[in-house]
Amino acid sequence: MSKSVLLKSSIAKKYWMAFTGLFLCLFLVGHLIGNLQLFAGGEEGRRAFNEYAYFMQHNPLIKVMSYVTYLSILFHAIDGILLAFQNKKARPIQYAMDNAASNSSSASRKMAILGSIILIFIATHMVNFWAKMHFGGLQLHTTTKTVNMPIGQNPQTGEYVNEDIEVSYILSIKGEYLDHKYKNPKTGETQERYDIKHETMVYDKSSKLKVSEGYKDLHTAVMTFFGKDAQGQKKNQYALIAILFYTLSMAVLSFHLLHGFAAAFQTLGLRHPRYTPLIKMFGIIFAIVVPALFALIPLYIFIS
Amino acid sequence: MKLTLKIWRQNSATDKGQMVTYPIDGIEGDMSFLEMMDVLNEELIVKGEDPVAFDHDCREGICGMCSLFINGEAHGPDRAVTTCQLHMRKFNDGDTIYIEPWRAKAFPVIKDLVVDRGAFDRIMASGGFVSVNTSGNTVDANAIPISKIDADKAFEAATCIGCGACVATCVNASAMLYVAAKVSQLALLPQGKVEAKERVLNMVKTMDEEGFGNCTNTGACAVECPKEISLDNIARMNREYFKGMISAE
Ligand code: HEM
Ligand code: SF4
Ligand code: FES
Repeated sequence: MSKSVLLKSSIAKKYWMAFTGLFLCLFLVGHLIGNLQLFAGGEEGRRAFNEYAYFMQHNPLIKVMSYVTYLSILFHAIDGILLAFQNKKARPIQYAMDNAASNSSSASRKMAILGSIILIFIATHMVNFWAKMHFGGLQLHTTTKTVNMPIGQNPQTGEYVNEDIEVSYILSIKGEYLDHKYKNPKTGETQERYDIKHETMVYDKSSKLKVSEGYKDLHTAVMTFFGKDAQGQKKNQYALIAILFYTLSMAVLSFHLLHGFAAAFQTLGLRHPRYTPLIKMFGIIFAIVVPALFALIPLYIFIS
Repeated sequence: MKLTLKIWRQNSATDKGQMVTYPIDGIEGDMSFLEMMDVLNEELIVKGEDPVAFDHDCREGICGMCSLFINGEAHGPDRAVTTCQLHMRKFNDGDTIYIEPWRAKAFPVIKDLVVDRGAFDRIMASGGFVSVNTSGNTVDANAIPISKIDADKAFEAATCIGCGACVATCVNASAMLYVAAKVSQLALLPQGKVEAKERVLNMVKTMDEEGFGNCTNTGACAVECPKEISLDNIARMNREYFKGMISAE
């Protein structure tokens, strides 16, 4: 088997498109299941999501899968654009009258344009969230509670004097909430118990020893991006534009998959009178349900 | 019937060419599309103009010579017919009809509506055959048992007349349906299995070299094919190619 057959022949290029395309469909399912946790609210939901994000970034098996995903997207996009350029060259003069709608779906004829829009979406989406998760820019997962606690003794009576103190807790990866910051809202006086290094590493102030590790608060970053901060306040003034862009991109993905899902099986030669109608039906359901659920997440965050 | 024809005129392979409008009258519904073209050409000849060049031979839907991209569709609006079998009753009085040659880099225009489909012949020459001993003791083909299902499928694939409508109609100008029909026809039969691996690799290689586009599974080819060659054949070729790719020496 020569290299030119594996990479250059039209049919082999299409095998790669189908393999990477179907792998990306699997990725979509995994990504969706994780993101559906964003529908769960409150500190519990936030905690579950941030724990999940930590797991996704640290589990070695998931890491391998994520590299396969990056490679698949790159390969699928480069191969797809290459094929599209070849296809353009194969018909240098267009028809004056072309009734293509009579024999094929527009999605099937516009796969490269749909795909390119998806590529732009993936790039912006990665800048919005993935880059923050990997290269910094996220807060620690902390929760603040107001605790009525003694702050000293009355020198005359010896009674304890209580005040309302805002205490910030860091959620550690061991599942404990570490009381980190004490703030007296009246005096503005603040005390911190730990040093935070490398964004999430918690060190003891005096011994300089590492105590634990905290979670990155991706959950709040998502909520803020689509319109809400932790207190449920409108935050991102561009939230509506972001939601519109995300929804439109999911519509484009839907069209890409309406044709692409079943097409991948045809490319791989998996065609049979008994199974092909099932694959086509499943493809249509997949192409509608998966992007629709993705698109619902930002809408839900904005509206709820 | 009174019609307005918009026809691609191009003097030679190197000429730029353009669409030219011709009004025509007195067309009957029972005329075939090519007979309508004959009427036009007679008028042009009488006027001393150059008649429109177009391909045709059998005029009974079996040779695959006729072509023409009519109102945006290969072989016109009817299904499962060649242009010679298309009747004017499919059109209405007052219609404007666009008539263009097959458009593909691999099918260069020779003159007007005539294109060079030699690329198909070169694909065939690169593998569309079986090697049979013809030295006198040739085995009778009927002596080899073949299942009815396979024989039917092979025969269906063999009905491809090589007209090129699949290429003409495909957004990518892909020749997959044609090549798949030829690969399938032979891969399904015992005589063709002997050279199956090399055949599919060689025919696809030639197909790529001739400058046809890549299939995106639009399915337009099978809709416009006058012989209703099925997409099953493309799936079969994709399987055959995989076998050949991983195991041919
Ligand atoms: C999550 C993202 C994506 C998924 C799940 C996906 C999935 C698929 C699938 C299943 C196919 C069918 C393959 C076949 O016909 O055999 C396909 C085709 C295609 N994809 Fe994607 N794709 C994605 C992103 C992209 C991107 C970013 C591009 C970039 C430009 C792209 C360009 C194409 C093109 C041009 C085709 C048609 C290729 C052909 O049929 O020859 N796709 N995609
Ligand atoms: S597959 Fe159909 S459209 Fe293509 S060349 Fe054969 S008969 Fe013509
Ligand atoms: S002229 Fe022979 S098929 Fe039309």
